Amino acid sequence: MTVATSSRGSIDGSTFVVGFLTFCVLLFAILGVANAADWAFRVHAWMFLIAAFAGMAFLLGWHESGAAFPRFDPTYYEEGVVKAGIIATMFWGIAGFLVGLVIALQLTWPNLFYFPDFGWTNFGRMRPLHTSAVIFAFGGNALICTSFYVVQRTCRTRLAGGMWPWFVFWGYQLFIVIAGTGYLMGVTQSKEYAEPEWYADIWLAIVWVTYLGVFVATLLKRREPHIYVANWFYLAFIVTIAMLHIINNLSLPANLFGSKSFSLASGVQSALIQWWYGHNAVGFFLTAGFLAMMYYFIPKRADRPVWSYRLSIVHFWSLIFIYIWAGPHHLHYTALPQWAQTLGMTFSIMLWMPSWGGMINGLMTLSGAWDKLRTDPVLRMLVVSVAFYGMATFEGPVMSVREVNALSHYTDWGIGHVHSGALGWVGFVTFGAMYCLTQWVWKREKLYSTALVEWHFWIASLGVVLYITSMWVSGIMEGLMWRAYNQFGFLEYSFIETVSAKHVEYIVRAAGGGLYLTGALIMIYNLVRTARGDVPVEDRRRSSQPPTLQPAE
Amino acid sequence: MTYEHWSHFAQTWGMIYFVVIFIAAFGYALWPANRKRFDEAARAPITEKERGDDRPLA
Repeated sequence: MTVATSSRGSIDGSTFVVGFLTFCVLLFAILGVANAADWAFRVHAWMFLIAAFAGMAFLLGWHESGAAFPRFDPTYYEEGVVKAGIIATMFWGIAGFLVGLVIALQLTWPNLFYFPDFGWTNFGRMRPLHTSAVIFAFGGNALICTSFYVVQRTCRTRLAGGMWPWFVFWGYQLFIVIAGTGYLMGVTQSKEYAEPEWYADIWLAIVWVTYLGVFVATLLKRREPHIYVANWFYLAFIVTIAMLHIINNLSLPANLFGSKSFSLASGVQSALIQWWYGHNAVGFFLTAGFLAMMYYFIPKRADRPVWSYRLSIVHFWSLIFIYIWAGPHHLHYTALPQWAQTLGMTFSIMLWMPSWGGMINGLMTLSGAWDKLRTDPVLRMLVVSVAFYGMATFEGPVMSVREVNALSHYTDWGIGHVHSGALGWVGFVTFGAMYCLTQWVWKREKLYSTALVEWHFWIASLGVVLYITSMWVSGIMEGLMWRAYNQFGFLEYSFIETVSAKHVEYIVRAAGGGLYLTGALIMIYNLVRTARGDVPVEDRRRSSQPPTLQPAE
Repeated sequence: MTYEHWSHFAQTWGMIYFVVIFIAAFGYALWPANRKRFDEAARAPITEKERGDDRPLA
């Protein structure tokens, strides 16, 4: 009793340090609000201020409430932050898909939802909002929350760091809000997928290094002798993103209290660093991290061991060593030296082998359990995601070949390619993982409705197919139109002709995006009902039937 | 550093580096003594405690 009383008054170390860091943010934010050189910076300083204030108020309240003793009980898994991650993943997913649908409709009917008096309704501002929302907000939250779940389970130990995982979670949400509102206000350093300005970058670097610390500290106190392969993929993803993010965002602010900075590198060097970053955002964020999900959730859901653990080791090392070199294929026919372009292309082609090795390993994990595909739509979602992974990683090397790139680059073919990876692979594997996790962390016997998962699966699949086929057609068409010459040696088509030629394909694409969003909304309904613990539909139907059918007398 | 320097380095030391890394990873994966450990690791996701169990130590 006395022990409980004394521990009640004592301050948890990690909470204290997080609180101190939050207090420092608060001080910087006050300085920012007072001295802001432009209005966008002032808005962002206010956001930091409000977030830091809310954070400190929460920490103080949590400390005073004295809830949950002993704090961060090492005999329990940390699942609160996983639950928060599931909610954040689905929230940002809907936001990102919705913005994507809006800009797809804007490309089809340019005056739709565009008001010249409101700059933020411009396609140029909403497009990075879409890409960042789906990649970093939806994908990033899915990666953080699944990695926190998987590392605990496979290391059989509680997540390390006490309050730090929560700092990672909320710090990351703050970064997303700062980045997204920045795009709408016109704050950008105009590097694709690295648009946020210097202060958002510094904040993300702090959050990300903390994330690395939490993950590594958990690995270090594991109770299993071997580090499971999924954790290797997560670790490679976290380490590489830290490196890419810091190096690609080296810049000098024009004003210490302003939202404009200048890149340290310039010209072709800057372009090379940018696409070294950009392609490895694909390779390590959207591939390595999600492969970690594949290596945990498919065996677990199928109740089968990994088909070949040896292959998974070769898959891991070859993938990370080859991917890092593939970036220059984004710079064919530019000022980048030809040999560097060829290097990027060669490594992209070599990537075929590890990619397909991984795909085969994921698919063959179902050996002995193929029948489950018929009855379990969640497992089917996971498996279809791996099939899309194989398709996108076949298409990518083809497009990296210089001669193919001459046709495909800057066309909608590229858009179709990234969406077969993003919607088919990243989206589906995340949906599968979220269906599993919701059921597991909220301790439900089954999902609220399997039938609704079926609906989600088929609606979303149809959406992906519409999306990628329409983009193939419009991409190859516009590529051919751009390079068509007439008999006098002039270009056959004006640019606007190549745009209006794509109108029908753009309608089909928007329809595909609309279906994908519809599927995700069905999923949210299903997950909310599951988390609330409502009686599953299938059980209810069964219980409402008469117990037995009596033969007529 | 000219192109010749880079390409010479890549085609000698760079190549050796990659071959060594590849052999090391492949050797580690296929080493007979590791077989048992890897077979156990392959089952890691499905041998953990029944879900619904919150306690790592239990």
